[in-house]
Amino acid sequence: MARHRHRYRHRLAAEALALAALLPLPPAAAEEGAPRRVVSLNVCTDQLAMLIAGEGQLHSVSYMAQLPEASMLHEEAARYPVNHGLAEEVFLMQPDLVLTGTFTTRATTALLRRLGFRIEEFPPETSFDDVRENMLRLGRLLGRDARAAELVAALDRGLAGGAAGATGKLVATYSANSYTSGGGSLAGAVIEAAGLKNLGARLGIAGAGYLSLESLVLANPDLVAVDGREYDAPALAVENFVHPAFRRVAGDTKLVNVPARSWLCGGPFNLEAVRILRAAAEGTGR
Amino acid sequence: MRLDLKSLTVELGGRRVLDDVTLSIGEGEFVGLVGPNGAGKSTLLKAIVGLLPAGGEIALGGEAARSLSARETGRRLSYLAQEREIAWPVPVEDLVMLGRAARLPSFARPGPQDAAAVARAMRRMEVEALARRPATELSGGEKARVLIARALAQETPLLLADEPTAALDPAHQIALMRVFADLAGEGGAVVACLHDLGLAARWCTRIVLLDAGRIIADGAPLDALTPERLRSVYGVEALFADRDGPVVHPLDLAGRTPG
Amino acid sequence: MTGTAGYRLLLAGLAVVTALLFVCSLLVGPAEVDAMTSLRALVSDEGGLMTLVMREIRLPRAILGLSIGATLGLSGAVLQGYLRNPLAEPGLLGISPSASLGAVIALYTGVAAAFPLGLPLAALAGAALAVLVVRVMAGTDGGVLSVILAGVAVSAFAGAMTSLALNLSANPYAALEIVFWMLGSLTDRSMTHVWLALPFMAFGWAMLAVTGKALDALTLGPDTAASLGVDLKRVRFLAVFGTAASVGAATAVAGAIGFVGLVVPHLLRPFTGSLPSRLLPASALGGAAMLLAADILVRVVMPGRDLKLGVLTALVGAPFFLWLVWRTRRRMV
Repeated sequence: MARHRHRYRHRLAAEALALAALLPLPPAAAEEGAPRRVVSLNVCTDQLAMLIAGEGQLHSVSYMAQLPEASMLHEEAARYPVNHGLAEEVFLMQPDLVLTGTFTTRATTALLRRLGFRIEEFPPETSFDDVRENMLRLGRLLGRDARAAELVAALDRGLAGGAAGATGKLVATYSANSYTSGGGSLAGAVIEAAGLKNLGARLGIAGAGYLSLESLVLANPDLVAVDGREYDAPALAVENFVHPAFRRVAGDTKLVNVPARSWLCGGPFNLEAVRILRAAAEGTGR
Repeated sequence: MRLDLKSLTVELGGRRVLDDVTLSIGEGEFVGLVGPNGAGKSTLLKAIVGLLPAGGEIALGGEAARSLSARETGRRLSYLAQEREIAWPVPVEDLVMLGRAARLPSFARPGPQDAAAVARAMRRMEVEALARRPATELSGGEKARVLIARALAQETPLLLADEPTAALDPAHQIALMRVFADLAGEGGAVVACLHDLGLAARWCTRIVLLDAGRIIADGAPLDALTPERLRSVYGVEALFADRDGPVVHPLDLAGRTPG
Repeated sequence: MTGTAGYRLLLAGLAVVTALLFVCSLLVGPAEVDAMTSLRALVSDEGGLMTLVMREIRLPRAILGLSIGATLGLSGAVLQGYLRNPLAEPGLLGISPSASLGAVIALYTGVAAAFPLGLPLAALAGAALAVLVVRVMAGTDGGVLSVILAGVAVSAFAGAMTSLALNLSANPYAALEIVFWMLGSLTDRSMTHVWLALPFMAFGWAMLAVTGKALDALTLGPDTAASLGVDLKRVRFLAVFGTAASVGAATAVAGAIGFVGLVVPHLLRPFTGSLPSRLLPASALGGAAMLLAADILVRVVMPGRDLKLGVLTALVGAPFFLWLVWRTRRRMV
């Protein structure tokens, strides 16, 4: 058993290195006929576009791409001008392709369509199949199929190692306002890939749902995954993190800090969340 | 218990409502406080109770009223306000019992003495039959009598009443005058603001006539209420007679009747 | 006095109902555990996780339900007696929303984190200010219209300022939390909240309880009450600060919960001979019972969601309020 684990960890480390190596690589030029001025309005499409787009193809990303709370590629994003998702801003940039998520403001999207811009909407990912599909589709749209395929392959390699040596421990994600991720969510898929069981899924929650403190306490999961950054500024939403019952159940040994940005959007960087969970489950640090 | 007022002055809204009033009332007196509208009668009573800031001295039973606690004041005088307010549909019996409040310590429940005082007061005002009726459902006259009963139940040496006969029918008006006269006879002191000169003249032992904040006359009814005074203060001509006691009855506005 | 026996029966009955609801509140929750196991887990140290749930999640919730309900009932009865107005209660008069404003300012600026007592104290300050404003607007004759309008104005202002404060907060969730502050909730309150609020509430109750006899005398109006030996300044102080302390602390931990202080005294008044002093303990018990019942319903009706308490109390209270207005409309102006 121990040898399997060692092999897996080495493989994952190698993938992480490769991933890191892929990023600063100056992208090759795009194909002819591909969009030359792409504007992304959604933090998830921002990150995928930064990874996939060719030199000079991506013109602007949303301001959230530069926030460490929301974006894995926040340092990368500093190179691009930001937008705030306002139609006027976008209009002035005169893009030939606009990337949005399906939850981007309806009014803005409708207005931009009326103004004649090409809009491509990307639904939020709830599984790794969705992640692959979004990456490949973006690759097609940008005329960068080869690059997209490369990233999908890297993701697959990273995921393949995860299932081996599954510890089967129970993990619950817990965020502001007592929300958890159940089955059919990206976080749920990450948990599965890490070889762990998801309390939210077990309780029959689909997508994101309310997990009462009582249920969390009684289930007594092996790990509780929270975003450590969340409880800095005071708000009622994060009051439960200091509730005595929560503290007893999610003591220091059980609390795992999984930054929200690592599984908020789908992409190769989700492997970081998988790595963190795996390491916590094996009890070898965070 | 004596009531002593010395140079009592009250200013309201920049206007001098009571001006240098000096008055002493002792046991056994039934004082009728009379005067035209705006003379300051209600204000005088309110000042004695301590509801208004007043210059001058007020002494209750020889002690300065200002130095007395609210509770102590409530033991020495009872006050029937002109506003007949009853906020909640309290049963008559319980409402009259409120008069015993000044005697009872904070959380004490009324005892047999209090019950007896309430019964006496209700009998005097002829409202015994209404004992369990909600006070707010009574007629104007019944309400008035209940509120007077409350003041009587307090059984204080001094009773101050502001227009007690308003809303009462003639029989009950006279009955009330008798009650006040009896109280005075028993050693208490009663000061009542009255609009009805006839009642005042007939039943009071003493009349104090106020006008524009000053005492114009103070003495036995027929000494205080002379035809000239009625003309100058009230602006009316009155009939003066004697039917087993003084009869004073306004007839017409002064300057109208010939002669 | 006839009616004393009936009154004692009323208090006993209310006490029994409240105790039963308290126990019921302890037994309701997402965990599917039977009653005996829950109760045993509460008292013994051996219940493991269930003991944790009972002692740290359900017990504080039940305690707060009882004490906040009692606070709202009691303060409603006192305000009605003091203002001689059956439409008075902490929610309608803007006292609870102002307490919310104080609490919000303390919480979202981080003051409450640095200095925990700052939370109930700030709420107390907000509540006291509101009571004073309403008292000044009401004047000595307490006209119904001016009191209610003062309450409307204070509520609107406090609500708007609370919304502003929440929007200015650094935390992105804050803006959405206005619902909690305006409607109230007891979900996931901890013993920390209990220790923070209960001393202030108890202090407030002590001040309010003492006003009973004075409120009786006030039935006849302030002038007559003064002549009956009532110290009006003392009553004003006790009513204002008793309400501010108890309602302030309650709002600081549970948000603004309305209508309890309106409905409970009104329903119980006929059974207490309409004497304010008798209404006080009855309203405290009645308020506790009403809020415990509402909190139980909230968990039974929508177990998966966090339904706010104020929704249920408003569902009962608002139509009741309309009916009350309808009934007294002739005497309104």
